[in-house]
Amino acid sequence: MEMINAGDTAWVLASSALVMLMTPGLAFFYGGMVRRKNVLGILMQCFIILCAVSLQWVLFGYSLSFAPGNPLVGGLQWLGLSGVGQAPNPDYAATIPHLAFMIFQAMFAVITPALIIGAFAERVKFSAFLIFTLLWATFVYDPLCHMVWGVGGWLRSLGALDFAGGTVVHINAGVAGLVATLVIGKRRGYENTPTPLHNLPFVVLGAALLWFGWFGFNAGSALGAGALAAQAFVTTHIAAAAAGLSWALLEWNVNGRPTIFGTVTGVVAGLVAITPAAGFVAVPSAIIIGILVSVFCFYAVSVVKPKLGYDDSLDAFGVHGIGGIWGALATGLFATKSVNAAGADGFFYGNPQQFVNQFIAVGVTVVFTAVVTFVILKVVDALVGLRVKEEDEEIGLDLTQHQEVAYTVLE
Amino acid sequence: MKIVIAIIQPHKLEAVKKELYKVEVNLITVSPVLGHGKQKGVNEVYRGVKEVGNFLRKVRLEIAVNDNFVEPTIKAIVKGAKTGKIGDGKIFVYPLERCIRIRTEEEGSAAIG
Repeated sequence: MEMINAGDTAWVLASSALVMLMTPGLAFFYGGMVRRKNVLGILMQCFIILCAVSLQWVLFGYSLSFAPGNPLVGGLQWLGLSGVGQAPNPDYAATIPHLAFMIFQAMFAVITPALIIGAFAERVKFSAFLIFTLLWATFVYDPLCHMVWGVGGWLRSLGALDFAGGTVVHINAGVAGLVATLVIGKRRGYENTPTPLHNLPFVVLGAALLWFGWFGFNAGSALGAGALAAQAFVTTHIAAAAAGLSWALLEWNVNGRPTIFGTVTGVVAGLVAITPAAGFVAVPSAIIIGILVSVFCFYAVSVVKPKLGYDDSLDAFGVHGIGGIWGALATGLFATKSVNAAGADGFFYGNPQQFVNQFIAVGVTVVFTAVVTFVILKVVDALVGLRVKEEDEEIGLDLTQHQEVAYTVLE
Repeated sequence: MKIVIAIIQPHKLEAVKKELYKVEVNLITVSPVLGHGKQKGVNEVYRGVKEVGNFLRKVRLEIAVNDNFVEPTIKAIVKGAKTGKIGDGKIFVYPLERCIRIRTEEEGSAAIG
């Protein structure tokens, strides 16, 4: 049996808990952005994902993602965690129990479909959402996770770098969100006008929880309590800081006022962008990645989205899709072996091939996710119908889908 | 002078506002209210316990107008708020005795517009 390292195990378990907290954090981040009649719908979707995908993961999702299989998907030998026990699996993490690696990865599998809900907020039937989520976790997340991180996965064999999930989590969720909003259509009555945010402090609270949890997401992805974890911790924090400041200054310049909504959006975009790069780049590169992601995402959500007229309600694509693509490509530019010998040199360190590898990984992710997500949405639409009735959309999802209301008017 | 009070569906507020602007009624006070008519409210369930007949959210508009604006105002509200289904709301028109603009202390018709 391999030697279990106490420090590594402690850090990965603590990181798992940090990443778990990101999904409720996301619930508040998104929940504050919708109208008051739909806030419980968002919170409910996030919590149900936490429940349902966790079960899917231990029953068969983990096996499809990480068990030895073919280059596209894992095998079935780890169904129900059979053979996944306290002994380490040296293919993934030699110094921590295999169970610790499994539960750390479970939190990633949970938050990814939760990110998508921002794209189709305020108009999807709860039953349709639930079926979509389980199918999507099984047919999109698990295979892509295997391709990028699984032993024998073909993007991994190709040499594409993804430290903590830029492709698997963010590009994946962002593109799925864009496809979903195109298939499902706009919210009624909000053609090209922003919906009023019902609780901006919730958005800020959610962003704060995301920032905190992201230390587990990125620094935890070192899978050990060592130098690499510290590197990823620092690049993560600095990219978020640079991106938040960058967005505020950009807004100040373009719209005349810096806003808290813009600042926290920038912070999240920075966290997204640094995710694939966190353990491969130096701190000055993290600053550049952070500053630029806000420029790209700001342009995507304030210029491109209104012009093209799609209703990515809470900017799942605009922040996670665009930010994730920039982060994956930036990893190909700024990665250096002086930071992580197990990584690779990027374009600016004399290896243009790495940029090409990253570009291929992005392209494959976008195409794979878009096609399979589209098919799943069509299937769910045929089964139960994706959208709520017009009347229910007007009354709100809280009352029509859950028979609850978030706020009383009178006591 | 009349005061027009309308109870409408919250999601129809934007549409009603647009219709009112079209007939040059630009002065409006809005408040969120609760209530129900014949349909007797909605059911909510908390931890398995059903609460029957909770009040529905509505929006209440108050608009003070000169007499020649009464009909256009009513028509605009109906146009913006009507879905033909139960719950669309009601419009009440009251006589208005006095109206004073605080800033200038003007009184009567001149103070409304």
